[in-house]
Amino acid sequence: MKAPRGSLQHKLVALMVLTCTAVLVMAGAGLIAYDHVSFKETMARALGTRAAIVAANTTGSLAFENPDDARQVLAALGKDPSMTAAALYDAQGRLFATYPANLPASAAPRAAERRSIHFDKESLVAFEPVVEGGRRLGTLYLRSDLQALVVRERVYALAVLFAIVGSVGVAFALSTTLQRGITRPVLALAETARHVTEKNDFSVRAAAATSRDEIGLLTEAFNDMLGEIQERDLEIRALNRDLEVRVEARTAELEATNRELESFSYSVSHDLRAPVRHIAGFAELLEKRSSAGLDDAGRRYLDNITDSAKRMGELIDDLLMFSRMGRAELCATHVPVETLVADILREMEQDLKGREIEWKIGALPEVQADPAMLRLVLTNLVSNALKYSRPRSPAKIEIGAEPGDGETILWVRDNGVGFDMQYAPKLFGVFQRLHAADEFEGTGIGLANVRRIVYRHGGKTWAEGEVDRGATFYFSLPERKEAA
Amino acid sequence: MTNGLKRILLAEDSPKDVELTLAALEEHNLANEVVVVHDGAEAMDYLLRKGKFEGLPAANPGVVLLDLKMPKVDGLEVLRRMRADKNLQSIPVVMLTSSREERDIVESYHLGVNAYVVKPVAFQEFIHAVKNLGLFWAVVNEPPPGSVKKAA
Repeated sequence: MKAPRGSLQHKLVALMVLTCTAVLVMAGAGLIAYDHVSFKETMARALGTRAAIVAANTTGSLAFENPDDARQVLAALGKDPSMTAAALYDAQGRLFATYPANLPASAAPRAAERRSIHFDKESLVAFEPVVEGGRRLGTLYLRSDLQALVVRERVYALAVLFAIVGSVGVAFALSTTLQRGITRPVLALAETARHVTEKNDFSVRAAAATSRDEIGLLTEAFNDMLGEIQERDLEIRALNRDLEVRVEARTAELEATNRELESFSYSVSHDLRAPVRHIAGFAELLEKRSSAGLDDAGRRYLDNITDSAKRMGELIDDLLMFSRMGRAELCATHVPVETLVADILREMEQDLKGREIEWKIGALPEVQADPAMLRLVLTNLVSNALKYSRPRSPAKIEIGAEPGDGETILWVRDNGVGFDMQYAPKLFGVFQRLHAADEFEGTGIGLANVRRIVYRHGGKTWAEGEVDRGATFYFSLPERKEAA
Repeated sequence: MTNGLKRILLAEDSPKDVELTLAALEEHNLANEVVVVHDGAEAMDYLLRKGKFEGLPAANPGVVLLDLKMPKVDGLEVLRRMRADKNLQSIPVVMLTSSREERDIVESYHLGVNAYVVKPVAFQEFIHAVKNLGLFWAVVNEPPPGSVKKAA
């Protein structure tokens, strides 16, 4: 539950402390301003009162023109250190007495006509008419410095500063404590969310909120959401289990079918072949023993019997190989196609005798495939190319490869008899042939094998051709991924 | 022939295959050297001189041709029993079969077969194969000790 920098916790504390500071600074400033004004008023009032009292005390001195007496009265002002100067003028405005006694005449202003109190730059100044029985005897001038004001303001500022600092401290402490009420449920929520994400455990719940505030609602909504996810998760798990069970059952079924198929092909290979072999065998024996007694037609019939039996044997063999190809396990490894093709061509050398062939073999890559099966595919395609280009001299056979989209495309091209594109879909079918048996030999299983093997590798097969203009057979192999 | 001892034991359940095999062997004048049994149990009886073969003098054939698929005891089982028997284990055995099934071939060689011949459908090829076998095992090769020598 440790809060990171810039966290909600810090933000909340900062918010409260800043708010508190701003409010206190404004309040403090207001307070100081108000006090400044009101204290100045108080000072002015006090000086006014004092001026009135002193003026009353000096009426006698002025009336009897006794400056000494007046000086004595003014000297009493010395009791207050803030009094910096005082002066008494007679009715004609002449300086009558001063405080201090040796106040230079320049320091005393001209007597004002009327009573006034005002602040100048550094002091508070008061003029008070000295009156007796309605007769103007003179004017009193008092000057006091502003030391008291300065001191008071300093004290006030200090007090406000202390109040701010103290309050901010308290606000900090309080907000640090109080924000937990907000951040703890939020952090708990975040912690729960992280737990859910990391452990994929939808059974946990965020601690139930104690209050019905926004965070309480959020927690509740979050828990509801978790509940829903958990329910779906359980559903999915149940579905998966169900699916697994079904897959297992299906696999068992498939395995059983496969075993059946295997025993079927096993008995086909043994039992179906035996009578065929017998037909061929006895036909041959018959020919050996009695061919002299047969006419041409009889001999031809015997030949037909032998040929048909032989062909039946080939068909059975091919069908068995085709079925084996579908069942045999794939052992995929890295196969260098270039080496493989060179190998195949070397093996075919015998078949190439007497043929004029222009080979064009491009750069061939390394692919991920079962080597034996890939060899079968390429052998099939190359021998097809050889077979169907037999009428050509020279025959041109091209073997190449090009990268496809996440796959490698390999192709074998010839300039042979080609085929009509409308029959292209039939090319890869079992026992599908586009040529008469006496034109080009074969059972029609080769391309079916090619397609089956390529499909089992996760690839595709297709062909392009034109009658008498040759054909190109393509197949793709998915790009190497780690063997599963 | 006089003592009923033959140089070739052919275990084959199909009479037609027996006839074809004998015809092939006849070409090489070997037909008279063949004793035919019709299943694996009979083959073992012959080799062990049991049952209807009791009383025959003890002597091993020069080569045993075993059909893979036979009733009662199949060719693989006969081969297994022969290889487990001290007296019979050195007799050359050729497995004859219609199938190219890999598991049969693997199993046969695993059990120590000397040759494995897929009976070709074409009779010529079949004759050729049996001839080769006959030549190799019954004529060219000196039979293992204890077997009957070919009458000169």
